[in-house]
Amino acid sequence: MSTATTDTAFAQGAFTPRPGAAPLPRMIRAQALLETRMLLRNGEQLLLTVVIPALLLVLFSAVDIVDTGAGRSVDFLTPGILALAVLSTAFTGQAIATGFERRYGVLKRLGASPLPRWALMTAKTCSVLVTEALQVVLLTLIALALGWSPHGDPLAIVLLLLLGTAAFSGLGLLMAGTLKAEATLAAANLVFLLLLVGGGVIVPLDKFSGGVQDVLRLLPVSALSDGLRDVLQHGAGMPWGDLGILAVWAVVGLAAAGRWFRWE
Amino acid sequence: MRIEPAVEVTGLVKRYGTRTAVDGMDLTVPRGSVTAVLGPNGAGKTTTVEVCEGYRRPDGGSVRVLGLDPVTQGAELRPRIGVMLQSGGVYPGARAAEMLRHAATLYADPVAPELLIGRLGLEACGRTPYRRLSGGQQQRLALAMAVVGRPELVFLDEPTAGLDPQARHATWDLVRELRADGVTVVLTTHYMDEAEQLADNVVIIDRGRAIAEGTPEELCRGGAENTLRFTGRPGLDVASLLNALPADALAAELTPGNYRIEGKIDPQLLATVTSWCAQHGVLPDRLSVERRTLEDVFLELTGKELRA
Repeated sequence: MSTATTDTAFAQGAFTPRPGAAPLPRMIRAQALLETRMLLRNGEQLLLTVVIPALLLVLFSAVDIVDTGAGRSVDFLTPGILALAVLSTAFTGQAIATGFERRYGVLKRLGASPLPRWALMTAKTCSVLVTEALQVVLLTLIALALGWSPHGDPLAIVLLLLLGTAAFSGLGLLMAGTLKAEATLAAANLVFLLLLVGGGVIVPLDKFSGGVQDVLRLLPVSALSDGLRDVLQHGAGMPWGDLGILAVWAVVGLAAAGRWFRWE
Repeated sequence: MRIEPAVEVTGLVKRYGTRTAVDGMDLTVPRGSVTAVLGPNGAGKTTTVEVCEGYRRPDGGSVRVLGLDPVTQGAELRPRIGVMLQSGGVYPGARAAEMLRHAATLYADPVAPELLIGRLGLEACGRTPYRRLSGGQQQRLALAMAVVGRPELVFLDEPTAGLDPQARHATWDLVRELRADGVTVVLTTHYMDEAEQLADNVVIIDRGRAIAEGTPEELCRGGAENTLRFTGRPGLDVASLLNALPADALAAELTPGNYRIEGKIDPQLLATVTSWCAQHGVLPDRLSVERRTLEDVFLELTGKELRA
């Protein structure tokens, strides 16, 4: 006697319509957790966001490859590496992941779910912030083990990191929402490399000639690493100039992303 | 008061640049029905469905889905509909069960994901990342995601494309259960048997507009007549047979010994033919009544040439 179909069939009424969206906080929380899991499960992303910054910190602190000026190299390097960590997650990682989500129809499909688009972007931001928090904890522990002695106002640090995240997110999403996924992959990695070298992360900007230096100082990663360095290395107060540069990038990047981002 | 249809599309026009994908489409989907939208590639099936889902803004005409405008009232509409895209829609690194559970958390009162996983035969691949699922498993996951939120209306865009027969039947059974529970289903397909098996209502579309609509039976009955064939000894008196038949029927000996009668083939006509044969001492061999299939109707309406 075959009862296979009745065994596995739902009881009558299993699909009786009872539509409705989950409460917004539940949706955003679930989405943020999913996005974070996707990121932490992705080997290339981890290489970019965890392994590379940690390796650079250890390597350049231990071996005198670049002349980092007066003071211990770990005190110069750590702020730059923290800026690099923010760049890797908020810009490179987010751009690549979002580019491929767009390409694979993930954004499109979520667009038909009860999750509003702004809530999806909020969840993405939460996931970026969670990842950054993990990065900061890990890199801080490594730096402390290498003898780092940080100074300054924690509020200034938090403000710098948040504005930096906003600036990089805007630019990353602009790229992900307008270019093809492969182009985003290539460009986001290239930008990461260029900014690693020319953004005051491990190479002091005063190594560059005057004119070039003036331009490089306006880059968001330079503003972030410079601001973090002023506070953490030199114990300066609010670095308003760097915060201002980051704010401009954030406004321009997010506005452009809002204007040109395509979901499909 | 009239019961508002689940979907009401009137005179829909949608252009992409200079190309007109949908050109004056009319489509009405009654509540609680399964409606199959049938058409060749490029006929405008996906565009029509995606306008209903709120993805595309119409260039002309009007679209109401559950009484709402899918573009301006999308936020209200989305929790009430389920969507299965033709492909994709899942994070490549997400595991099948994880993604379905996530889809369920976005709804107030979802179907238990585990039930759907079992029902659609996805148990074995619950922990497999989406990118490593077979095409058929990916399709079934997308189907499960479309129905997990207990929607009133489900849009399935080619739900069984590329599925093996077992998976296809599992999908069909699920669609039947959805209907039994009062869910309205709109599916696009180019499988005639799928439309014949599942649909209460078939809409054939071509070149961006609906060209025929009805139940599968209505569509097969209308238009060209049906056929009765038999073989017998060659050279029977076809004129005499024709006299015995109703005025609108046709009879011919196609090749020696092979006879064909075209007309409204009903029990009365069949009795007329067999009694004529009896009178003439003919044993009609291989007597068969051929009804048109939906495929015949479809090919008649849309032409037989291949389209890009």
